[in-house]
Amino acid sequence: MIRLEKRPTPSRAWNIGAPILAVVLTMIAGGVMFALLGQDPVEAIRVIFWDPLFHERFAAFSRPQLLVKAGPLILIAIGLALGFRAGIWNIGAEGQYIMGALFGAAFGLALYPSESPLIFPAMVIAGALGGWAWAMIPAILKTRFRTNEILVSLLLVYVAEAILASAATGWLRNPEGMGFPGSRDLARHPGTDNPEVIAGTGMHWGVITAFIAVIAAYVLLNRHVLGYQIKLAGQAPRAARFAGVNPGRLVILCLGISGVLAGMAGLFEVSGPAGQITIDFNVGYGFTAIIVAFLGRLHPIGILLAGLLMALTYIGGELAQLMLGVPASAIQAFQGMLLFFLLALDVLANYRIKRAREVVA
Amino acid sequence: MIVDPISLMVALIVVSTPLLLAAIGELVVEKSGVLNLGVEGMMIIGAVTGYIAAVETGSVTLAFVAGMIGGLLLSSIFAVLTQLLLSNQVATGLALTLFGLGLSALLGVGYGGTPMPPVRDIFPQVMQDIPVIGPILFGHSAMIYLAVLLVAAVWYVLTHTRAGLVLRAVGESHEAAHALGYKVIRIRMLAILFGGACAGLSGAFLSVARVQNWIDGMTAGAGWIALALVVFASWKPWRLLIGAYLFGGIAALQLRLQAAEIGVPVALLDASPYLITILVLAVISSDKSRLAMNAPAALGKVFHASS
Repeated sequence: MIRLEKRPTPSRAWNIGAPILAVVLTMIAGGVMFALLGQDPVEAIRVIFWDPLFHERFAAFSRPQLLVKAGPLILIAIGLALGFRAGIWNIGAEGQYIMGALFGAAFGLALYPSESPLIFPAMVIAGALGGWAWAMIPAILKTRFRTNEILVSLLLVYVAEAILASAATGWLRNPEGMGFPGSRDLARHPGTDNPEVIAGTGMHWGVITAFIAVIAAYVLLNRHVLGYQIKLAGQAPRAARFAGVNPGRLVILCLGISGVLAGMAGLFEVSGPAGQITIDFNVGYGFTAIIVAFLGRLHPIGILLAGLLMALTYIGGELAQLMLGVPASAIQAFQGMLLFFLLALDVLANYRIKRAREVVA
Repeated sequence: MIVDPISLMVALIVVSTPLLLAAIGELVVEKSGVLNLGVEGMMIIGAVTGYIAAVETGSVTLAFVAGMIGGLLLSSIFAVLTQLLLSNQVATGLALTLFGLGLSALLGVGYGGTPMPPVRDIFPQVMQDIPVIGPILFGHSAMIYLAVLLVAAVWYVLTHTRAGLVLRAVGESHEAAHALGYKVIRIRMLAILFGGACAGLSGAFLSVARVQNWIDGMTAGAGWIALALVVFASWKPWRLLIGAYLFGGIAALQLRLQAAEIGVPVALLDASPYLITILVLAVISSDKSRLAMNAPAALGKVFHASS
C-alpha cells in the first residue's frame, strides 16, 4: 500500500517541477488524443508547440501573436491569482472582460469622430471601471449577504454576454455598417486605436500593462502588507482575523483588482487585436486565465511564463486547425487536461509518498 | 392572452427537468461534504454522448444510458483527483467544466442536425385529453416522472436509511466518521460518481429529448444554475423540486415573452434566468442562521487521514 504523508512545508523543488512535468504529461496524453483523432501525434505536438515559433513560413506571422494572446491572459490571471491566494474565487473574469470592453468602446464611440490623443487613455480608464463595476456585484453580495461569489460571478458572465449581444446588434452598432452587427472599427480610427508600440512584435499597450501588472503584483505580494494579508487569509483564515485582517475589505479589494485588470484586458483587446465590438469578440480568455493562474502557481513570474505557454497552445491550435484539420475545440480539451495533470501533481509538492508498512491496529 | 398558461406549465416541467436531475446529483455530492463545480462540464459531456448514442443506435433508452456513463466517467476524474490525490476541489471542479466543454465540442464534430428518435409519452392519449390537468400531469415522457421519483428516492435514502445517515455523517464531520470506521474516501467517491451520472443523464435529456439536437455549449450555464439550486434548496431534496420548477418557469416564460414581442428588451429577457438566480441566492444567503444550519459542515474540505 502507498501512503501519503503531509510535508510540513510544500516542497520547493516540486513547486517548480510539477508544472513542467504536467506540461510533459499533457503532451503525451494530448498525443494519445490526437492519435485517436487519426492524426500523427508527433506531428500534432510539433505543430502546436514548435511551429508557431520556428516554422519557416508561418513563424513570421505567428511569433507576434504570442504576445498578443499572452497579454490579456497574463493581465487577467494576475488579478485572479491575488483572489485565489486569499480564497476568493472570482471565476467570472470573462464577464468583467466583456463589460470592460463595452464600457471603454462605448466611451470612445460616444466621442466619435474626434481623434484627440486623450481619448484612448480615457477609454482605458472607462474599461477598467466597467470591469470593476461588474466585479463589485459579487463582491458586495458576498460582503453584505455572504452570497457565494463563485456562482454570482460566473452567472454574471451570461448576463454580460446578453448585454454584449444587444450592444453589437443594437445600441453600439455601426450606423454606417449597412445593418450588419458589430460596432465601428475602433482599431482603424486614430484616437480610439490600440496600436503596436513596437511594430512587428505584437507588443500593444495591453501587453505593456500586463508586464507592469506582473511587477506590481510581485511587489505587492512580497513587500506590501496587503500581499501579506492576502496570503495569510488564504492559508489561515482564522489566524488572519485575529491578526486584524478585515475579510470583507479583502473581498472588495481582490475582486476589485481582478475586475479592473480583466476590464482593461477587454478594452485593449477590443481596440486592438479584435478591433470592434462584435457578438463574439470574446474568445474565452477569462476562463483560460484561470488555467494560467494555476499553471503559474499563483505566482506573478510563474503566471508570466504560463501565459506565454498558453498563448503558444492557442496559436499552435490555430495552426493545427489550418495544417492538420484538427477541430478548434481540441485545444480547449488539451488546456483542460493540462490543468488536471497540474492539480494531480500538486500532491507531490504537498505530500511525501511513502510505502506504508503493515500496521496491526 | 399573450401566453397560454397550460402550454407554459407543460414547458415549465420539461425545461426544469434537466436542472432537477443535475441538482439532485449535486445535492448528494455536497451532502457527502464534496463541492463539485464541474456540473456544467459533466452535463455537456452527457449531452454529447447521449446524442451520439441516439444517432448511432436510434434508441432513446440507450442514449440516456450513454449520457449517464459519459457524466460518470468525467466525474471519476474529479473523484480520483480530489479524493485520492487530495487536490483543491474548487480548482478541480473548474478544470472539469473547462475540459468537459472542450472535449464535448471535440466529440460532437460532425454530429448535430440529425433527427432524433421520438420520445414517447407513457400515458395513453385518453388521459392526456383531459382538459387542463391532462397535458400538465400526463403529457410527458418517462424521464420527467423518473426525475421526480429520483428526488423522492434521494429524500428517502438520506433521511430514512442507514446509508443516508452515514453519507450525511461523512459530510458533517469526516474526522468523526473516520473514527467510527466509515470509509470516508470510498463513500465520497461513490457520491461523486452518482452526481456525475445524474449530471450526464440531465445533459442527455437536454440534447435528446428537449432540444433534440447537438449544439456546441448548449448547456449555457444550466449546470451553474443547478449548483445555485442546491444552495437555494438549503440542501433539502423537496425544496429542489420547487426551485427547479421556479427557474424552469422563468426560462419557459421568458422564451414565450420573446416570441410575443411585448417590448421588453431581448437582452433583459435572455439574462433574466441568471439575474433571478443571483437575486434569489442573495436573498437566501442573507439568512445566516438557516444557511449555517443546513450546509454540510465539511463541505469542500480535504480529508487526509493522519492515521
